[in-house]
Amino acid sequence: MSSAWAQAFSMVLDPYTILVMVAASLFGLFVGAVPGLTATMATALLVPVTFFMAPIPAIAAIVTATAMAIFSGDIPGCLMRMPGTPASAAYTDEAYAMTRKGLAETALGAGLVFSAVGGLFGTAVLMVAAPALADFALRFSSFEYFWLVLLGLTCAVFITSDRPLKGFVSLLLGLLIAAVGLGNPAAIPRFTFGNVELMGGIGLIPLMIGMFAISEILRFAVDVNPTLHIVDRPIGNVFKGMWHLTVKYPVQILRGSVVGTLVGALPGAGADIAAWMSYAISKKFSREPEKFGTGHVEGIVESGSANNSALAGAWIPALVFGIPGDSITAIVIGVLYMKSMNPGPTLFTTNPQNIYAVYLLFIIANLIMIPLGFLCIKVAKRILQVPRNVLMPVIMLFCVVGAFAINNTVFDIGVMLIAGFAAFVLEENDFPIAPAILGVVLGGMLEENFVTSMIKSEGNLLAFFERPVAATIGVLTLAVWFLPLLLRRLRRIMNA
Amino acid sequence: MKVNDAVWGALLLLLAAALLVHIQSFPTIPGQKYGPALLPGVVGVGLAVCGLLLVIKGLAIRRAGEHLHWIRFEAWTRMPRRVLAFAIAVGVNVFYILSVGVLGFIPTATIYLAALFAVLGVRLRNALPLALAVALVIHYVFYKLLRVPLPWGLLQGIAW
Repeated sequence: MSSAWAQAFSMVLDPYTILVMVAASLFGLFVGAVPGLTATMATALLVPVTFFMAPIPAIAAIVTATAMAIFSGDIPGCLMRMPGTPASAAYTDEAYAMTRKGLAETALGAGLVFSAVGGLFGTAVLMVAAPALADFALRFSSFEYFWLVLLGLTCAVFITSDRPLKGFVSLLLGLLIAAVGLGNPAAIPRFTFGNVELMGGIGLIPLMIGMFAISEILRFAVDVNPTLHIVDRPIGNVFKGMWHLTVKYPVQILRGSVVGTLVGALPGAGADIAAWMSYAISKKFSREPEKFGTGHVEGIVESGSANNSALAGAWIPALVFGIPGDSITAIVIGVLYMKSMNPGPTLFTTNPQNIYAVYLLFIIANLIMIPLGFLCIKVAKRILQVPRNVLMPVIMLFCVVGAFAINNTVFDIGVMLIAGFAAFVLEENDFPIAPAILGVVLGGMLEENFVTSMIKSEGNLLAFFERPVAATIGVLTLAVWFLPLLLRRLRRIMNA
Repeated sequence: MKVNDAVWGALLLLLAAALLVHIQSFPTIPGQKYGPALLPGVVGVGLAVCGLLLVIKGLAIRRAGEHLHWIRFEAWTRMPRRVLAFAIAVGVNVFYILSVGVLGFIPTATIYLAALFAVLGVRLRNALPLALAVALVIHYVFYKLLRVPLPWGLLQGIAW
């Protein structure tokens, strides 16, 4: 046990890893602060580079970059009324209103300090919950996994969208993409149309780069109002008054962190949904709800902690079950497989030092966020003045080379382009993207566990309810599906 | 470009039909009830149901008079500059795929970037040198540092 921790420390404190973390921090802060570039995009862009690293530095790069990006997304919200990442969108108007009242320091400081607090809280939960879950999951068989995957997909449809029908279409399209190739229990080539490149299936990484980076650049290309206006005013000491806020809003900080971690852990929903929910909860339970929207810091404190705690929360199902908690961990799972750190409960028993290293990385990332974030705020104006018409083409070329680098094939660039175009069109038409991603990542697992279970039980479908844990998750999944329908029917009968 | 839900529904129904016909050709595994056609089959049925519901919903919205157009074009589609930017943003990638093997990475990437810079409003005088500089940097990072075999193409003779 202790030697595993010692190993974890030596891996994380390795000069190379530290260097990677510092570089990834700067990258993450930059990407987060530039509107139109997201934390998921930062992850997708990092993959081709981490491809050439050892597992721990690779994970370090992703953990640090995403934590920084979610914080620095607050900066343009505050100075330009334009969220840097979708995770800051919930309280952008509030932060901008604070800036106009001359409270930019407080808004930015609260964003920074409580991002770190939320991130550390999420990490603590990850450290406690993940091993416990893994211990429990060691006894899981294909029946439990089948239901877990189905529950994950269900959550993705119902949580990420207020239009479950369109979310469901998106999920089905994702499952269809997952079905391409030889990777199915019977090893029959499906939907390959004689194309050799399609035999291996559609690459997850080019697909993700397309859906999260290319689609965003296409959106920039058609943006009718691409110039942004920055509030030009010197920024003072952002840490002033933070202790006062901590004492004033302890419940809000805790509630934001708890909600964030939970939403993060739910498959498909990530930091952005956590922030929206927390902001709404904050307003609902506030003693001064009338102040919300006029430049009141309370909601920023709560949802600022929520979006960073969601990041760590999302790693819980990702590490234990291989079920991504958000779109970032969907990419992370792909990276883990590439580094032969296949997610699953055995990851906690056979190589605990790797898991401990992940915990340490999260702690360090959230601690160095404070000084680096402070520096980022200082140079924010200059970052925000980076000409996006130069930046976006460079990122797109980087995507092209990155997609190519995974398998050294031009075919993957085509996959990336089509995925980017499709994501752009689907989002324009209110189809959410997250369920599709979950479908692609989990499609193989869903099918494999179903077929394995059916072979074991000789085709008896009731076997899915014979083991107690499987039955429980099964009933839960079916409840999520049918409860809303049932309730609506009931209400109609009551009204009649 | 916003398409009425009914149109999306119809498209999904078409996809579902094609899918369900196509999976008939999948082999069955002897002694196994659940073969490779199962998952695509379930997806096909699901898409058909969703498609049908979307058609019903889309028609209902039209009848209510809220969303009369089958296809509604956003503001940007009426601005030639933005349409051109979109076309080039997609087009340069197609160009890259088709020509990188022949021209090589550095010339292809330079044209790729210069076209994008130009259409996004970078001054022409700066666009070309900037494009070449960025192409060289990316080439150095990926080819030299990360050892990605980016093709040389035309420049094979002077490869460094």
